[in-house]
Parts: sequence; structure tokens; C-alpha cells
Amino acid sequence: MPSEPPAAHPSPAARPLSPHIQIYKPQLTSVLSILHRITGVALALGTVLLVWWLAAAAAGPRDYRAMQEFMGSDFGLLLLLGWSAALFFHLTNGIRHLFWDAGLGFELNAVYQSGWSVVAVTLVLTLGAWLLGLSYLGGG
Amino acid sequence: MAKLTGADMRSGLARARGFGSAKDGVAHWWAQRLTALALIPLALWFVGSIIGLVGASHSAALAWIGSPATAVLLIVLIAATFHHAQLGVQVVIEDYVHQEGLKFAAIMIVKGAAILLAVTAALAVLKIAVKG
Repeated sequence: MPSEPPAAHPSPAARPLSPHIQIYKPQLTSVLSILHRITGVALALGTVLLVWWLAAAAAGPRDYRAMQEFMGSDFGLLLLLGWSAALFFHLTNGIRHLFWDAGLGFELNAVYQSGWSVVAVTLVLTLGAWLLGLSYLGGG
Repeated sequence: MAKLTGADMRSGLARARGFGSAKDGVAHWWAQRLTALALIPLALWFVGSIIGLVGASHSAALAWIGSPATAVLLIVLIAATFHHAQLGVQVVIEDYVHQEGLKFAAIMIVKGAAILLAVTAALAVLKIAVKG
């Protein structure tokens, strides 16, 4: 469908537009960048869990138990898994961003090294947190 | 009333709009970094602590939340979290919502919700800390 460009704005035809997301090869840098945003927004929504937990604790044992039961349900556990992974990613990648803000780590290999480190630390922290949490659940 | 002639270096359009620099160009950016920095230890401390409360009784949760040091840190965590969150979501909205009215409304809703949630959470901590 060749559309007629307005005469005042002759646009070069058939040039690919960047970043042309559908055919653009995903890179670690761009994927982590958009993930930082997505996890940030998800964590903003996830603050509702924190508020609910505190409000339920303040309200009394019955509300607290109801909240605990919801968190222990399959859906609750899935939410918590997503929340914890998002938090650990946003935290570690946020530290990466703070280094960049200080002007450090801009070399291409450093950017990839820190990027893969963020992925590794996120996995280790998430896994560790859940192993620890489940051990408490099993013990109590 | 300022005179529109003389040694004013601004363009005619800038003069008509009447806006100068508000002198707070980096305040938003800086607040986001400071809260980020504060949230590194606070978030790690919080997550580490609540893992210890998994499956714990209501009274155990109250004892932890209500102890003075915890209550203070929790309220600081709440303030830093919601300040950081609303600053961040504001930037996301500004990047993707280009219709002025919708953008303004969305940012106001986010900021209002952040204040409501933060105050609710802080009040819960205070209630537990004071009443036990």
C-alpha cells in the first residue's frame, strides 16, 4: 500500500524505521532496559500487597489469617513469585543504573558483563529467597 | 508589570508565554536516585525479614512490626517506596501518553493513589507500634 507523502514532506520511501520492533533482534541491553520499566510498574502495583499485609496485621488475627491464606494459595504464591523476582531484578538492575549515573561501566563489554551479572544475581536471590521461605514453611 | 522592551534576551514567543526556568530541573531525577539508594538496604532488610515471618502467627507479625526500630524503618521504607514508585510511573506515563488531558489525569491519579496507599500503610504500622 504505497501512501502518497505530502509534497511538503518528501519522505524517503522504503527505508526501515528504527527500531522496527517486530523484526529487530532482541539484545540483552534492550531487553533488560524494558524489563526495568516493566518490573518497576509491576512493583508499583505490587505495593498493594505490602499495604494489605500491614493493614491486615493492624486489623486483627482474622484479617491476617485471611491474607495469609490468600498468599498461600496457588494464585497468591504466583503473585509472590512474580513480586520477588521483579523486586530482585529491579534492585540489581537499579544498582547497575546508579553506576551508569555515576559515569561508570559504559564500555560495551562492561555493559554486557553487568547485564549478565544482573540476570545471574536475580536468579540466585529469587531462588535463595524461596528456598529459605519454603524451609520456614516446612519447619513451622 | 514587566516592560516588554529593553535588555530582554528572550524570544517574542518566550516572552509571551512568560515562563522562565523554575530552577528545579534535576529535582525529579535526583529524588528518584536518592530514594533508589535508600531502597537498596531497606528492600533487602524488608525481604529478609518477611521471609522469617513466613507462616508465622499474627502475634509474631505484630511483635516484629511493632518493635520501635522496625516501625521506624518500615515507615521510612513506605515513604521511600511510594515516592520512588510515583516518580517512576510518572516518567513512564509521560513517555507513552501524549494526549495532554489524559496524561495530566493519569499522573494525578498515580500520585493520589501513592499518597493514599502510603498513608494507609504508615497508619497501620503506627497503630501496631502504639497499641501493640
